Amino acid sequence: MILNYIKIAWKVLLRHPFYTFITLFGISLTLTVLMVLTSFIDHLVGSHYPENRRDELLYIQRLAQRDSLRQSARMGPVSYNFIRQYVLPLKTPEKVGVASMFSFANAYVNGQRLSLQTKLTDAGFWEVTDFEFLEGKPFNEQNIANNDHVAVITDDLKKQYFEDDTQPVVGKTIEVDNETYRVIGVVRGAPVTRPVTAADIYFPYNIRKSNYKSSGLNGNYVALVKAKSAADFPAIKEEFNQTIAKIPLPQEDDGFKYYILETSADTYVEAWLHNFFDRPASSIFYSVIAVFMLLFMGLPAINLVNVNVSRIMERASEIGIRKAFGAPSKTLIWQFIIENLFITLIGGLIALGLAGITVYLINQSGWIAKADLTINFSVFGISLLVCLVFGLLSGVAPALRMAKLSIVDALKAS
Amino acid sequence: MIQLTNIEKVYRTSTIETLALNNINLTIRKGEFASIMGPSGCGKSTLLNILGLLDQPSKGTISIDNQPVTSYKDKELARLRNQKIGFIFQSFHLINDLSVLDNVEIPLLYRKGDTTGKSRRELASEALERVGLSNRMKHFPSQLSGGQKQRVAIARAIVGQPEIILADEPTGNLDSAMGSEILSILQQLNNDGSTILMVTHDEAMARKTHRLIRLFDGTQVADSQLVANDERLMLND
Repeated sequence: MILNYIKIAWKVLLRHPFYTFITLFGISLTLTVLMVLTSFIDHLVGSHYPENRRDELLYIQRLAQRDSLRQSARMGPVSYNFIRQYVLPLKTPEKVGVASMFSFANAYVNGQRLSLQTKLTDAGFWEVTDFEFLEGKPFNEQNIANNDHVAVITDDLKKQYFEDDTQPVVGKTIEVDNETYRVIGVVRGAPVTRPVTAADIYFPYNIRKSNYKSSGLNGNYVALVKAKSAADFPAIKEEFNQTIAKIPLPQEDDGFKYYILETSADTYVEAWLHNFFDRPASSIFYSVIAVFMLLFMGLPAINLVNVNVSRIMERASEIGIRKAFGAPSKTLIWQFIIENLFITLIGGLIALGLAGITVYLINQSGWIAKADLTINFSVFGISLLVCLVFGLLSGVAPALRMAKLSIVDALKAS
Repeated sequence: MIQLTNIEKVYRTSTIETLALNNINLTIRKGEFASIMGPSGCGKSTLLNILGLLDQPSKGTISIDNQPVTSYKDKELARLRNQKIGFIFQSFHLINDLSVLDNVEIPLLYRKGDTTGKSRRELASEALERVGLSNRMKHFPSQLSGGQKQRVAIARAIVGQPEIILADEPTGNLDSAMGSEILSILQQLNNDGSTILMVTHDEAMARKTHRLIRLFDGTQVADSQLVANDERLMLND
C-alpha cells in the first residue's frame, strides 16, 4: 500500500516539474536555513573541542552587585579572588579549572607585529578541558608555584612565530609584550566562538601583569566546574548557592556599596543566555525561539498548504475512484499525509546536501577561525523531526479538505 | 440482493430544489443482468450512484442482503463497496499515473485480511487475463485505446470478485464494435454468476439484458422482464 502511495507521489512530482520545483525549493531552502542554524547553535553551545565535556561542566562567570533598590548595579566576570574563596573550596565538584577572559598582547616576528589573544589559566583548566597537545604538555601546579615563565601556544601561533615550524618548539622561547616565556606545550587551536577556552597563547595566571591578587569580587575570570556527571549539577549548584548566601552584606567594592549579590553556577547554555538577559530567562528565550521557529516553518507550510490544496483538487478523480472502490476517508487522509511526508523527506534530503555544502563552505571560508561546524546526528535528528513536522503541517489541511469531498462530486471533477 | 424502498433524492442549492429521484422502489435479485434507460437528466446515474452507495438518498432506505445500510458510516459503506460492488464508468476513471496492473489492484488495496503484494498482483493478472489484456499489464492508461481502457476498468471492477457490478454507460464512449465487445464481456461475467446493473442510452444494448427499468423525470415508469427468470437461469446454464 505504502509503495503504491509513493509511486503516486513520485508520478505527481514528475507531472508538474514547475510546481515540484517551487515545492521542493521552498521546503529545502527553509530546512537548509534551519539545519545550518541548528548546526551553528550546536557549534556555539554544544560539546565540542576543546570543551568536549560541556555536559559535565558548570560555568561560574557572571557576578552582579546591586544596591538595595536594584537601581544601579555592577556586573561582569568574577575575580580570581572570588573563585579562590568561594569556588575552589567547594566539595561537590570533581575538579575546578580557572581561566581569564581573553586579553590582547603583541609579539613581533621579523619586525612584523602579531596581535595575540592571551589567556591566563590555572593547572586545573587543562584537566577540565580536552585540549589536544601536539607537542609538550600543559603547565602544572609546580610551574605555578615556581612562577615559571612558561606558555602553551596554539599550532597557528607556532606557524606564525617560529621560522621552521616543522621542528618541535617546546623549550624554545617566545617574547610577548617584552617578556620572554618558555614554550611548554603546543595545542590544536580552538575556534574563537568558544571564548572560555579560545586564545593564541596561555600563561599561568600568576606570572603576567594580572589582577589575580585584587581583593574585589568582580574581575576577569571564569571558573569551569567539572561534575562527575550532569546528575551532580543540582548538588553543586546548591552548595555554591549556600556558600554565596553566607557572604555578609552589604559590602563595598571599589566605592560601590552593594546589598544584593547575584551569581550562579550555570550550564554553558544558561551562562550564554545570561549574557543576553539580566536574570535567568531560559524559558523566555526558549519561547521566543519556539515562536520564531514556528513562524519560520509555519509561513512556508501555509504556502505549501495552498499549493497542496490545489494539487489535491486536481486529483479529485483519483480520490473519487479510490473511495468508490472501498477506500475509507481516513485511509485517504493517510495516503496524502504519507505522500506529503515523502515529498518533504525528498526536500529534507536535498536540504541535508545543501546544508552540508553550506557548512563545509563556512568551515573553509575562515569566516570563523577554526570553525568546526558539523551536521552531526543530533542536528540531523532535529532536521528530520523538522521535516516530519513540516510534512504534517502542509499535508493535514489539504488531506482533511479532500476527505470531505463527496465521491460523486470527486468523480465529476474529472 | 439490493432493495430500494421509497427512495427520493433532492438536490438543493440556495435558489433551486431539484427532485432527481421520486419514490423509487426497486429490487435487484441475485444473478440478474438489468439495464436502466431513460432520457438525459432523468436520474439514471443518480439511481446507480445510490445503488452503489456512492451517494446518499434524501429519503427512503437501501438494503443489501436484507440489511438496511442507509445509516451506515463512511467506514462501513467503504467496506461494503469494497466487498460487494464493482464499478464501471463511462469515462473509465483510471488513474493515469498508475500502470494497468496497479490500477486493477486498487480494490484489493483496501481489502481487510491477508492480501499480500504478490497475491494482489496474481489476482489482478487473472482479472486482466479474463478481459484479454494480459499483454498490457505494464502499460499506462494513456497508451491504451478506449476499448482497452474499458476492459481495464472491467478487470478492476471484477478483481475483488464482488457480487454486483454497476456499469454507468460502459459503452457510451466507445464505437459500436467496441461496445459490443464490452457487452459480451459483461454477459460472460453475468453467465459466471455476477449480478449486473447497467445504465445505457442504447436500446439495442438494453434489449440484450434480462430486465429493463425505465425512468422519466426521476420516476420509475416501466420495469419489464425481457427474459423470464427460468429462461435466464437456462441461459446462464
